[in-house]
Amino acid sequence: MNRLKTSGYHLAMGLVSFLWVAPILWVIVISFRSFDDVAANGLGSLPHSFTFSTYKSAWEDADEFRALVNSLVVTIPAVILSLGLASIAAYGLARYSIPFRRTVLLLMLMGNLLPPQILLIPISRFVELIGYYDTLIALIAVHVGFGLGFYTFVLHGFMRDLPREIQEAATIDGAGPGKIYASVILPLTRPAMAALGALSFTWIFNDLLWSITVIRSGEKMPVTPALLGLQGLFVSSWNVIAAGTVIAAIPTVAVFLRFQKHFVGGLAIGAVK
Amino acid sequence: MTSALTETARGPSAPRAGGGASRRAKRSATGRVSPLILVFVFVPFAVEAVWVFWPAVQGFWLALTNWDGLSAPTFVGFGNFSDMASDPIFRTALKNTAIWLVLFGGLSVIGGFGMALLLQRERRGVGIYRAALFTPVVFSLVVTALIWRVFYQPDGLVDTILRTIGLGDFVQPWLADPDTALYAVIVPALWRQIGYVMVLYLAGLKAVDPALYEAAKVDGASAWQRTLYVTIPQLKGVNSVVLSVIVIDSLRSFDIVWSMTKGGPYHSSELLSTYMYSTAFQSTQLGYASALAVVIFLLALAVILGYLIRAFREET
Repeated sequence: MNRLKTSGYHLAMGLVSFLWVAPILWVIVISFRSFDDVAANGLGSLPHSFTFSTYKSAWEDADEFRALVNSLVVTIPAVILSLGLASIAAYGLARYSIPFRRTVLLLMLMGNLLPPQILLIPISRFVELIGYYDTLIALIAVHVGFGLGFYTFVLHGFMRDLPREIQEAATIDGAGPGKIYASVILPLTRPAMAALGALSFTWIFNDLLWSITVIRSGEKMPVTPALLGLQGLFVSSWNVIAAGTVIAAIPTVAVFLRFQKHFVGGLAIGAVK
Repeated sequence: MTSALTETARGPSAPRAGGGASRRAKRSATGRVSPLILVFVFVPFAVEAVWVFWPAVQGFWLALTNWDGLSAPTFVGFGNFSDMASDPIFRTALKNTAIWLVLFGGLSVIGGFGMALLLQRERRGVGIYRAALFTPVVFSLVVTALIWRVFYQPDGLVDTILRTIGLGDFVQPWLADPDTALYAVIVPALWRQIGYVMVLYLAGLKAVDPALYEAAKVDGASAWQRTLYVTIPQLKGVNSVVLSVIVIDSLRSFDIVWSMTKGGPYHSSELLSTYMYSTAFQSTQLGYASALAVVIFLLALAVILGYLIRAFREET
């Protein structure tokens, strides 16, 4: 009876898991099919061909390479800047009795909870006004500004719980606040920083709304919004679109696989209370 | 940062009892405030002020104006809001947002919680099942949308399967039919959200004291009773986090709809967020679009406030 139950469980869960990843596998299969094969047999059929030309089309003709470069040019500085700024703010707020520190912290968190829609029009106007409309710098700034509140809040939680004694010991040794931040607090916050780093990388890399709000020209688009353009460029060439989709998904999958534990840990932050 | 993941991990990080953490907070925050520390706090705050607080204030003000983006905005008071009452597209978008909240929100909580219950025990194979369900969470919503567009294409896999199992009559242009478009978009959104909610609940379940289960077991409680009377009450904290995340995510949902249907056909899959975007950047009615954004904000307000109050309590 028990064995029957166990195999029933694995059968059911195996089936669910398979159904869950099936769409992904199917798109990967389509991405390797040739135009003729898709035209002759339809998208729903099993593959009758194998080609890399779809990837070549997406990479060169649709210039996904440049889109990927744009994405990294935006994502990497945005992640570093937001975590850097958030960590100094969290350090000050968590370790020093700054007047109104609780209000400041909650105000910052509130900014991140706002629906982005309320900011879209003023921000697109603002970047135009300062002459940075349609630049990657504007996109970096938007991501940093909007993400800061949340990262500060999470890091504050970590830093608050570090024992006071280590800070006192460093102070007695003559370390100033800057030194204590860099050589005592920051190293101890590494796990939280890694979790937030992995998360914010995917968030910023996967962004669509801010990109299409502050960037207009196709050659400046990061890869996530550029994928939508691919649909217009290769109307109904679904094998090329599939290849483009696979390419666009690779960086976040790579980050996830590399930082798997941090990533899932980061997601769970806040769930346990 | 607009993806559903964005708001994932909101919340205090310390899985400690409130009392202990706060005592510690008082003890640890005694350093003398030097000018450097003020700079440390002020610079990030100023960055957020420029990119969030100030634009938000402008957004609320613009909602009270008519503005085509070229001439100066003219003040119309609450005119935009009274216009909404007679705007059929607004009503559709509002209705669809409510459907989205119930179906996307409700089903992802049920699915995610159910999967977490099924996969909570560490046993052989569980890691693989969890990974399978979690995989879509890593993708952007645009990638998700394209994967499913390939699926929904005429003669794509959905249609082929339906024909194979003899349900050929159901074959239809899923995303192009106003009756099915909204639901055809919710399915991929759920596909991606369930794994994420599952992770939140898995973390919550891990924190439940196993002794409680043992005690219930000794008292003769069935598995079903244990779930109902031990697990669910113990997950109160997680539930409120999941609820806030789901509501805020639902109201923000934009990417998946924009990438699959752009709110069409005939606004049948329009959400408030997509309607706001197209009103702002395609028909450049910037005042009216700002008012729509304010409506989204007001709908999210209760949840945002609840979240802040909880966060505030943690900090005291």
